[in-house]
Amino acid sequence: MIDFINYYFIPALAIGSVYALGAVGISMIFGILRFAHFAHGDLMTVGAYGVLAALAVIPLPPLLLLPFGIALAIAAALLVDRIFYKPLRNLPTIYVVISSFGVALIFRSLLQLVWGSENQVFVSGVRPPLVLLDTFRISVLHVEAIILTAIIAVLLHYFLSRTRTGRSMRAVADDAELAAISGLDTETVVRWTWIIGATLAATAGVFAGLDTSAHPNLGWNLLLPMFAAAILGGIGKPMGAMAGGLIIGLAEELSSYNWIGDSALISPSYKTAVAFVIMVILLIFRPQGLFKGRLL
Amino acid sequence: MTALLSVRGLTAGYGGVPIIEDVALDIGKHEITVIIGPNGAGKSTLLKTIFALTNILGGTIAFEGRDITGLKTSSLVPLGISATPQSRNVFPNLTVGENLDIGTYAAPPPDKTKTREKILELFPDLRSKLKQPAGELSGGQRQMVAMGRALMSEPRLLLLDEPTAGLSPAYLERIFDLLLDIRKAGITILMVEQNAKQALQIADRGHVLVTGRNFASGTGAELLADDNVRRSFLGGGVP
Amino acid sequence: MEITGLFFYLVSILIAGGIYALLCLALNIQWGMGGLFNAGIAGFFAVGAYTSAILTSAATEKHLGGFGLPVAVGLIGAALLAGLTGWAVARICVRLKSDYLAMASIGIAEILRLVIVNESWLTNGSLGISGVPRPLDGMLQGRSADILYMGFVWLIVLLAYVLTERLRDSPWGRSLRAIRDNEISAAAAGKDIEAFRVQTFVIGCAMMGVAGGLAAHYFRFLSPSATDPLMVTFLVWVMLMAGGSGSNRGAVAGALGIWALWSVTEIFTNRLPPEWITRSSYIRMLLVGLILQIVLQKFRSGVIPEKSPPQRFRDGA
Repeated sequence: MIDFINYYFIPALAIGSVYALGAVGISMIFGILRFAHFAHGDLMTVGAYGVLAALAVIPLPPLLLLPFGIALAIAAALLVDRIFYKPLRNLPTIYVVISSFGVALIFRSLLQLVWGSENQVFVSGVRPPLVLLDTFRISVLHVEAIILTAIIAVLLHYFLSRTRTGRSMRAVADDAELAAISGLDTETVVRWTWIIGATLAATAGVFAGLDTSAHPNLGWNLLLPMFAAAILGGIGKPMGAMAGGLIIGLAEELSSYNWIGDSALISPSYKTAVAFVIMVILLIFRPQGLFKGRLL
Repeated sequence: MTALLSVRGLTAGYGGVPIIEDVALDIGKHEITVIIGPNGAGKSTLLKTIFALTNILGGTIAFEGRDITGLKTSSLVPLGISATPQSRNVFPNLTVGENLDIGTYAAPPPDKTKTREKILELFPDLRSKLKQPAGELSGGQRQMVAMGRALMSEPRLLLLDEPTAGLSPAYLERIFDLLLDIRKAGITILMVEQNAKQALQIADRGHVLVTGRNFASGTGAELLADDNVRRSFLGGGVP
Repeated sequence: MEITGLFFYLVSILIAGGIYALLCLALNIQWGMGGLFNAGIAGFFAVGAYTSAILTSAATEKHLGGFGLPVAVGLIGAALLAGLTGWAVARICVRLKSDYLAMASIGIAEILRLVIVNESWLTNGSLGISGVPRPLDGMLQGRSADILYMGFVWLIVLLAYVLTERLRDSPWGRSLRAIRDNEISAAAAGKDIEAFRVQTFVIGCAMMGVAGGLAAHYFRFLSPSATDPLMVTFLVWVMLMAGGSGSNRGAVAGALGIWALWSVTEIFTNRLPPEWITRSSYIRMLLVGLILQIVLQKFRSGVIPEKSPPQRFRDGA
């Protein structure tokens, strides 16, 4: 039981938090801009490398340098939206989808150009785990990730339900045409969607990079579980995406626990497949997700 | 009479294909103007064109003497025009309160609480449903939310696209009564309506549109009395 | 570069270009004609490559087989198994709307990759399969063998081209385009949309499998890195978009054009200072990403746009 909590449950919540943060952006972009943003994983990587770059100049704990990663990710997101996505906005969505594949590649190759494709470690050395009651040994990073994600969830909920920009975003996600008739400025809403999506993506990217190391494929490898989380939560439902991220994280990690007998239920090398199977089952039987999101 | 809104030689459509051609009309201040005509006559297109949701191919639109041709929707709302579409007229996942609030974003009224109070007096049904998602309401209640949202910016001109579409006869009368109340509050109304007969009864002025062009116009009573109009568009019969 | 060197360089470009042309034709059936967004090309390519490699390589302890069968059998096996995989995928996913289908197909490619990397008994994992033979091996020696193989590849491309052209002009192809352009009216006309889509997907996947097999035989060695989604899935999409989706000639032209560009930039990047050479592939990837954006914005219908085939079949099936 203790092992279960130490080695499966807490890490599952931590990876689930990473998925949750990434999935919020995917879900909002899906809801407001109506397309699957395939460069979202690489946007996370951009954020992680932004912190890495700041770390080279300012020797502070990486999490304190998060604003640099966020700034880089926001700038990157707004720039590609302006140059690449916006001109395709009024065409069938598939063009923007294809374009986002290209943007994923552009992000990745730029990072590789500057940093190469080797693994980059944020902090060398091992941080001792947090020991509670002599039994629970929990990674400090995992605790940080879980707490920060919980705080972000509360803030996001407040933002979406109470502020003018948040409500406008939900309105556009609900019915873009009616939002235009109501005189809402869709472009402002789009801009905020990217700002929030990029902020959370960068945060997720830094956590993922800190957990192991940063490398150019960091975010791309997380894209599928994040899509699964966004669909699970219901497209256009950011809070649903958060819940979806946690569920996918739990499902992935717990699938390799030795539930029956001594060996893992599913070999850990097939973890990614778990998220994928959940996603396909959902797409077929319940495409609106658990929380009644929109259908594309 | 100075017209609040005057349209001259308006030709517009989707893409380059005109749906309405050379349409002219004047909307008097504090009046209810109704546009009637057969299906496909371009009634909704006319309304959408005034609200900058189609491509204008020719002609001018002036509001309070100011040329507003070619302005974007988001700049029309601050000038004092708002509109409700025919279907999908509320944000279903937002609460009724939030729906109303959205109406103030493009053109904030001087005193939001007071405006909201006025609107809730106009539509008392909504008061108990403020925290409910608008998607859960009945068709008639949704229409009230839609009108409420449009009125939150305290417009001087309200454009309504078939406000009674799909409503039961009982609700239909309520909506028409509400329109009279809205006019009493000093708001000019331009509406497209399928229930032509009832609409003309409350209207100050009516315009008949056929195949995208002006066909006839007059006061509500004149059009109701006109044999030609009655036979063609009001379901025939002697009054 | 001396003349013979240049010549063999051209041969190598044409071999790889031919394999890409085959992939583009296959994607053109799925996307250009059927409107199916397959973002997992690398997966079906890999299935074909491993099938053909295992069937044709000599017996070994390291992985399943090899069975030492003729290359033709290997390629047929590649088509069958890739087509079968495609059929299983299509049965589940073909109903999904384009964005969702893209996600699902990426996921399938990812799972196939996991299987290839992890199941060493089958594929020898990351160490790969060596000694994959070429057709008519030993008839020509050294570099001349490449010329022979080039002919073989282009013979198959030609076959595939004729096949896809036939398909496009056939009543079947017409129905397919009708479905792509207006699903509702096609359904109203009594077409079994799902069956058409499954068929489209399977045919495309089988061709992708053959392309995978051809690549394995060309390199005589196969490891998971040969089925990199960037080099397979992504580049093929760029090629088809640039060439003109819907047009088979466009698909071939796009494959050759982009591959030539890719290869020529290699000559250029090899002249960079040494510290940049290691990064040259990133520069090329960046370039491809940018080309795609330009194509999407300025040349959406591609170099050779789709034309409706002549109205030979008047009843249109």
